[in-house]
Amino acid sequence: MAEKMIKPRSGLKGFIKKEAIFLIFIAIMIAFPFVLNIITGTGLNAGITKFWQGQLITFFIMAVFAMSYDLLIGYGGILSFGHAASFGGGAYAVALLLKHWAPNILSNYRITIGNLDITEATVLLVVFLVVILVSVLIGLLFSATSIRLKGAYFAMLTLALGSAIHILSKATDFHKWTGADEGLHGVPLPVWLNPTQNRLTVYFIALGFLLLCYLVMNRMVNSPTGRVIVANRENEERMRMIGYNPVIYRTIAFLSASIFAGLAGALYAIWNMSATPTMTSTVTTINALIMTILGGMGTLVGPIIGAGIMQIIGQFFYTWFGARWPLVFGVLFVLIVMFLPYGIIGTWRLRKSSIKNNIQKFFRLFSKEK
Amino acid sequence: MSNEIILEAVNLSKVFGGLVAVDDVSIKIQKQTMHAIIGPNGAGKTTLFNLLSGVMPPTNGSVIYKGNDITRVSPQKRAHLGIGRSYQITNIFPNLTVLENIRLAAQAMGKDNFKLFQLADNFHQYINKSEEVIDMIGLSGRELFMARDLPHGEKRKLELGIMLACDPELLLFDEPTAGMSSEQVPELIKIINKVVHQKDRTAILVEHRMDMVMSISDVVTVMNQGRILAEGSPHEIATNKQVQSAYLGDLYGELT
Ligand SMILES: Nc1ncnc2c1ncn2[C@@H]1O[C@H](COP(=O)(O)OP(=O)(O)O)[C@@H](O)[C@H]1O
Ligand SMILES: [Mg+2]
Repeated sequence: MAEKMIKPRSGLKGFIKKEAIFLIFIAIMIAFPFVLNIITGTGLNAGITKFWQGQLITFFIMAVFAMSYDLLIGYGGILSFGHAASFGGGAYAVALLLKHWAPNILSNYRITIGNLDITEATVLLVVFLVVILVSVLIGLLFSATSIRLKGAYFAMLTLALGSAIHILSKATDFHKWTGADEGLHGVPLPVWLNPTQNRLTVYFIALGFLLLCYLVMNRMVNSPTGRVIVANRENEERMRMIGYNPVIYRTIAFLSASIFAGLAGALYAIWNMSATPTMTSTVTTINALIMTILGGMGTLVGPIIGAGIMQIIGQFFYTWFGARWPLVFGVLFVLIVMFLPYGIIGTWRLRKSSIKNNIQKFFRLFSKEK
Repeated sequence: MSNEIILEAVNLSKVFGGLVAVDDVSIKIQKQTMHAIIGPNGAGKTTLFNLLSGVMPPTNGSVIYKGNDITRVSPQKRAHLGIGRSYQITNIFPNLTVLENIRLAAQAMGKDNFKLFQLADNFHQYINKSEEVIDMIGLSGRELFMARDLPHGEKRKLELGIMLACDPELLLFDEPTAGMSSEQVPELIKIINKVVHQKDRTAILVEHRMDMVMSISDVVTVMNQGRILAEGSPHEIATNKQVQSAYLGDLYGELT
């Protein structure tokens, strides 16, 4: 009897059923630009259709960043205030390489396979490998601090480390390279990847990136390693007592969260064709925190919803309330946290079974009478 | 019973500030015995367990397991050496299901801990192992309950289940019946007896319920104020004048 209860549903059918909401969401997002174009008739790369693609690109990328934060805080129970360091690190890695290194390579070398020119592809590949390397290093930096420090002390140190990297990103010493305070603008991109000329391409790259990251992270949190990371959140002493070394699993959590954040940052830099100190700042971390709390920690879907609310509702609030919109949003945030203490998805999942029960009870009332 | 020593504490001490919680304790645990440690609250039993399981380093002395000094060995390594420990104050994974609590412990002993891109639920060996343990501790049907939602008695069973799923050779039970009502105790004693004898395991059982200890243990050590007061068979301890005058009245008080 218990067997039946606990054996997981596997295969494609089980996957579709379990991820139904997410898959519907992806389908809607695929259709969105085309539908909006039909309604408005502005053309895919113009006017309001183009504008909303842009809003959604930011949403997709921020959703991945928020999910990576959820890996840390929701699954690992690790409260880091320096997560933007990875996001910004990825962004600066891309912007610096594309601006100061790639043009040189592209004008001086040709890499070909037969007749196929793969110089550009190779350059992009190298850039993304560097992004991963930078993210790993930043992840290691943060996880090294978590070996000895716990709780509030640890949170303070992540704040300090994050600030250090933020200060580095706007240091005037590197003005020639990073643009210091103003950031690095006008990052050269191949035409097919240029968000002004080919927004729809960037839209689908960002959407594909979100889909892929969700699938990979979803698998990771349900993997043997991921489950131990969750155990570390729940009870570190007991975890040791049954034979796990918490340091190793915390490091894995940091590294994977940092890599996803770095990739998100890299894509964000491409989308904005720039890297700015805001991307490494605590404000960016706090945004991810708000998105994660809004949607529900430890759910992955939650941060996506949180990012959507912040980006889309934020846009409407901006048009309605102008520059004061964060104030209104703050009130909304407080209300949501008050009434949905586990976030939108978290609270819904908690109450789902009781809602289901009540509906069943309701229908049983009728069947009994007949 | 064999005469082989599986675990030995040599002049073990632990000082908290000015308080000597464990005071120069030397104890030998024979293989395949049920060795009880009794003593009033504050005697230092849990602290001794913390030293034996590696949660805290001792101020002095050493711990020898199967002939090797493990005083500086981490708790996680001790778990892999075959030492399991359960807690007096329930120490479970509260926001995980009963099954997951136990599955984690079963998985810990396997070789699949570093698989990041496969689904944990597809490793059936750990789920099967967990089912076995859940059956043994009498929590069948509770698999998908959140650990925090269990009633106290079942939490205590889960507490044991987590230790058992690691399949330890040496089991340290810290007051397994703590907080349980007297009707619930016999079932738990039965479980403990079964798991210890089933695989010729060795157990150290910290208890202050005298009745429980006397019926199931082979050797009894009495602790008081961090020191060992007496050691012997249950019968010897029950008739020991020194123990009687100092504690038995108090301990038997729990009996009636
Ligand atoms: N972590 C600790 N810090 C300070 N004092 C402690 C700590 N753990 C236990 N003690 C003290 O050590 C003594 C022995 O406690 P304990 O080992 O829990 O006894 P028992 O398990 O026999 O009831 C008590 O006086 C207790 O207050
Ligand atoms: Mg105790």
